[in-house]
Amino acid sequence: MSAKTADKIATAVIIFFAGIIVLIMAGLLGFILVRGIGHISFDFLTSPPETIKKGGGIGPQLFNSLFLLVLTMLITVPLGLGAGIYMSEYAKPGKVTDFIRLIVEVLSSFPSIVVGLFGLLVFVNVFGFGFSLFSGALALTVFNLPLMVRITEQGMQSVPQAQKEASLALGLSKWKTIKSIMLPIALPIILTGTILAAGRVFGEAAALLFTAGMSSPRLDFSDWNPLSPMSPLNPFRPAETLAVHIWKINSEGLAPDAPEIAAGASAVLILMVLLFNLLARWIGRLLHKKFTATK
Amino acid sequence: MAQSREKRKLKQHIIEEWTGKVFTSLCIVLLVVTIFSLVYFVATKGFSSFIKNGISLGEIFGGTKWKPEGEPPLFGALPFIIGSFSTSILAAIIAAPLSICAALFMVEIMPKIGRKYLQPAIELLAGIPSVVYGFVGLSVIVPFYRDIFPGQGLGIAAGASVLSIMILPTMTSIATDALAALPPGLKEGSYALGATRWQTLARTVIPTTLPALMTGVVLGMARAFGEALAVQMVIGNAPHIPKSLFESASTLTSAITLSMGNTVMGSVQNNVLWTLALILMLMTFVFVFIVRFLERRANR
Repeated sequence: MSAKTADKIATAVIIFFAGIIVLIMAGLLGFILVRGIGHISFDFLTSPPETIKKGGGIGPQLFNSLFLLVLTMLITVPLGLGAGIYMSEYAKPGKVTDFIRLIVEVLSSFPSIVVGLFGLLVFVNVFGFGFSLFSGALALTVFNLPLMVRITEQGMQSVPQAQKEASLALGLSKWKTIKSIMLPIALPIILTGTILAAGRVFGEAAALLFTAGMSSPRLDFSDWNPLSPMSPLNPFRPAETLAVHIWKINSEGLAPDAPEIAAGASAVLILMVLLFNLLARWIGRLLHKKFTATK
Repeated sequence: MAQSREKRKLKQHIIEEWTGKVFTSLCIVLLVVTIFSLVYFVATKGFSSFIKNGISLGEIFGGTKWKPEGEPPLFGALPFIIGSFSTSILAAIIAAPLSICAALFMVEIMPKIGRKYLQPAIELLAGIPSVVYGFVGLSVIVPFYRDIFPGQGLGIAAGASVLSIMILPTMTSIATDALAALPPGLKEGSYALGATRWQTLARTVIPTTLPALMTGVVLGMARAFGEALAVQMVIGNAPHIPKSLFESASTLTSAITLSMGNTVMGSVQNNVLWTLALILMLMTFVFVFIVRFLERRANR
């Protein structure tokens, strides 16, 4: 076989396999959207689920997911920013820094179920938060911190050295330089990464099974006092999120329309991830334009 | 007057400097403490089945029977260990060639289409939640296997298929980065010598990027090994070693997911479940170690 024929065959094989991947991916997205979108309605998105009857919705679950996302990001973002800034600006190269980098890498590859078990042991039992949104948010923080640290580091490292040095030379303190000169420049990268991390929080389920719990109390959406146990805003109530709900109805769902509900909920989840992705891209581009004065 | 203002400014400067240092140091200390306590708690809980309940290492790692309610209770975790390894290795074997071909296509064959359409699409797919993969597996792959092969369709084959689709985007984007980072001189040299594209790919591009490509494969496998819910939904959850790929089986993660909620904290079964979590954690260390080793090879 001549080299040319081999080249043609190999190219064809590569294109064939790449085509298979595209087909699998398109089929996957198409399947979820086609099966699910028909089931999405205003009623489906707002009404509570039914255990044995038809026609249940995903209202409380959707709310729980969004609320948990906000709670998690409130804890994760400041901590991740701080730790990332430390790693990129304050840490001196050496054995200790290398070690911290190693353990952060280890944490980022921990299976989410192990993080969930840790949450069950420490946040739920030792700290006594019980199965609650707050425990879930803390577990997801543990799960997402390494990513946030890496994103912040990347952002800080993208700042031109000269800009940082100019600020220091003008007599600004290091912290002031970081806060008012470097962070705004790093913002597009950090924000894009944060939104993508938020998408991950939204879809996570394994870490939440044993921390935020697998059930929701009956929520009273007219009660907005965060301290009352029926209030949707109470962070110390158990909460089943959308991703956990999909898992639960697939493994032990009794409602006759469980497959349709799962399809609808999956479609909602996918659309949210899509939304996060587009939002990240759009905001990233917008900020980049604003800070670099390019068109 | 002027002097005191100078002093005040200096003081403000020092305060600022310290706020930054203290805040960021606190964050990093908290992170390190969290990681250490995570390892510590999982390890102590995991070892308690050996120390407090006196179950031997051989029983857990060598026992093939899992009967926690039996008389006497049996805690052989070998079926779970075999299930976890076989699903994740199979998934990596299916996904690795596919993802490397996709990356070659995107970087070497049609870079324009690749970068503009395929890469964003694959990044998007990397963000799809794992329960959705499990749901699709349950409603497409399991019925498909049920029609073709004997059995219920649930099992290691279904688990591995779902996992391979799940890790495809991750592996593809790592492979793409690795290929794109290759210095163009190498490829151009090969083309200048008259090599065809396939000769260039097979003899120059793939051998030089192999450690980086392998990093992607190992990371994908690590993700497959630790995935819980997507696997649990399609594997069938029977706690024995299956005789075929299409027979109901279990993995470490599926066993934890199913039983952790039904056992009492501190009971023997609960402690053994923590031992399974400890195995998962130790495997994470192994995977990180392999990735580090490969990265060192790639940078040489």
